[in-house]
Amino acid sequence: MNFPEELKYTKDHEWVRIDGDTATIGITEFAQGELGDIVYVEIETEGETLDAEEVFGTVEAVKTVSDLFLPVSGEVTEVNEALQDAPELVNSDPYGEGWMIKVAMNDASQVDGLMSAADYKELVGA
Amino acid sequence: MKDIILKEKHEALGAKMVPFAGYNMPLQYSGLSDEHQTVREAVGVFDVSHMGEFYVRGPQAFDLVQKVTTNDVSKLTDGKIQYSCLPNGKGGIVDDLLVYRIHEEEYLLVVNASNIDKDWDWISSHNDFDAQMENASDNISLLAVQGPKAAEALQSLTSINLSEMTYYTFQIGEFAGAQDVIVSATGYTGAGGFEIYFKNDNAEAIFDAILEAGKEFGLKPAGLGARDTLRLEMGFCLYGNDIDDTTSPLEAGLGWITKFTEGNDFIDREFLANQKAEGIKKKLVAFEMVDRGIPRHDYPIVNENGENIGKVTSGTMSPSMKKAIGLGYVDKDYSSLDSDIYIEIRGKQLRAKVVKLPFYKAK
Repeated sequence: MNFPEELKYTKDHEWVRIDGDTATIGITEFAQGELGDIVYVEIETEGETLDAEEVFGTVEAVKTVSDLFLPVSGEVTEVNEALQDAPELVNSDPYGEGWMIKVAMNDASQVDGLMSAADYKELVGA
Repeated sequence: MKDIILKEKHEALGAKMVPFAGYNMPLQYSGLSDEHQTVREAVGVFDVSHMGEFYVRGPQAFDLVQKVTTNDVSKLTDGKIQYSCLPNGKGGIVDDLLVYRIHEEEYLLVVNASNIDKDWDWISSHNDFDAQMENASDNISLLAVQGPKAAEALQSLTSINLSEMTYYTFQIGEFAGAQDVIVSATGYTGAGGFEIYFKNDNAEAIFDAILEAGKEFGLKPAGLGARDTLRLEMGFCLYGNDIDDTTSPLEAGLGWITKFTEGNDFIDREFLANQKAEGIKKKLVAFEMVDRGIPRHDYPIVNENGENIGKVTSGTMSPSMKKAIGLGYVDKDYSSLDSDIYIEIRGKQLRAKVVKLPFYKAK
C-alpha cells in the first residue's frame, strides 16, 4: 500500500497536502480499500468555514456510508467536481485525481497535529 | 462465533471475512462490483454454508410442514422446491425458507442462519404430529454457483443433466466424486444457477473442483456483499431487513406464497385471510431514486409535505444499472406504480419513484 511521504494523515484516514496556506484533502488508499467501490461523493460545504473534525461531506460505497471529517480548520474553497460523475476516481487514484476538497487554512499550527506517513502506516498496520 | 469449514480456503483467496449471523463469512474477494458483474455475466461461487438445514421425516412430516408454512405443501412433488415462510402466530414472519420434498415422508427446510435456533424452537413447538426433526445445519455445507454460465461450468462434475433442470427443482446424486449431493436449481441472485448441498467432509474437494472446472468460464468466488446487491436488484426479500416478526407476508408482497387453498390450514391462516379481505395498510414497494442520493436501511420515507409515510428496508447503488434503488414499506396510498415518494437522506427530502420489480432484467 502506498502512503506518500510528503503528505500528512489523520486517524480518520484522510490525507492532507500542504501548499502554503492551502490544504488539499482526500482519503487514503487504505480507506478506499476498506470502503470498497465508491459510488457517490457528496460534498456540499463549498464556501463554508468549518472547524477541524467537522463533517465536510459523505462518501458512499455500495454498502456503506462514511462521513468525511475536516483535518484542519478553514474555508472550503474548492470541491473536486470530477467526482460528481466519476466517484470511482477515489478508488483508482486516491492521492491524485481522487482528491476531494481544497481548504484555505485559518490556523496553520494545526498541521503540526497531523500524522506523518510513518505514523499513519503504523496506525493501519501496513 | 462459528467458522464455516472452508474459512482458510477463502482467506487464501483473499477474502475479507466479517461476522454475519454468528459466522465468520466472506464479504468480498476481488471487490463487490467485480463479483456482482461476474455473476450477472458469467458465473460466481458463494459459500453460504451458514444457512440452516432441517430435515422433517415420517408419515406425518407433511402435516407439520403444511401447518408451519404459508405455501401449499400438497402442491409439491418429489424433487420440487417451494419458497415459503413461517408465520409467527401474530401475523408476522418467523423466517422465510425453502421447502424441498425429497419424498412423501421426507422434507428438507432451508432457513436463514440468523434464525436457526428460533426456527427450530418454533417448528418443534408445533410438532403435534409424529414427525421426526433433525437439525443438520452444522453438518451440511452449501455452495451457490450462480450466473448464466453456471450449468456449463459445472457439467463436467456431475452426471446430472444441469441444463435440463428447471427452476425450483433438485436432484440428489454424485457431484465432484462425492455422493448424496443435493443439486438445486435455485438461488438468490436472479442470475440462474445452482445451490449445492453436501456433507462438510466433502467441502474442500467440491470447492476446489468447482474453482478448477469454472476457470475457463471466468468463475470467481463472490461474497456476501455481492449476494446482497444481486438479490436487491431482483427485489428478493432479506429477513431482518425487508421482512421480520412485525411484517405480514401480504404486506411484504408474498401473497403468492400465502395460499388459502383447501386443506392448507397453516398458522395465521385466519388472521391473514382477514387481512387480505380487509386490505393491508402498508405495503413493501420497490423504488428508484429520481434525485441524487442512495437510500439505506431505516431511512424515513415521507410524502411531498414531509409527512412520514414509511421507511426504507433495503437500499443500495445498483452495480448493474448504476442507479440508486431500494425497498421500503409505505402507506397503501403511496404504493401504486409511479407514485412519488421522498426519502429523507441526511436531512434532505430526495424524490424517488415507485417502480415494478425486478429492478434488473436479464439481457
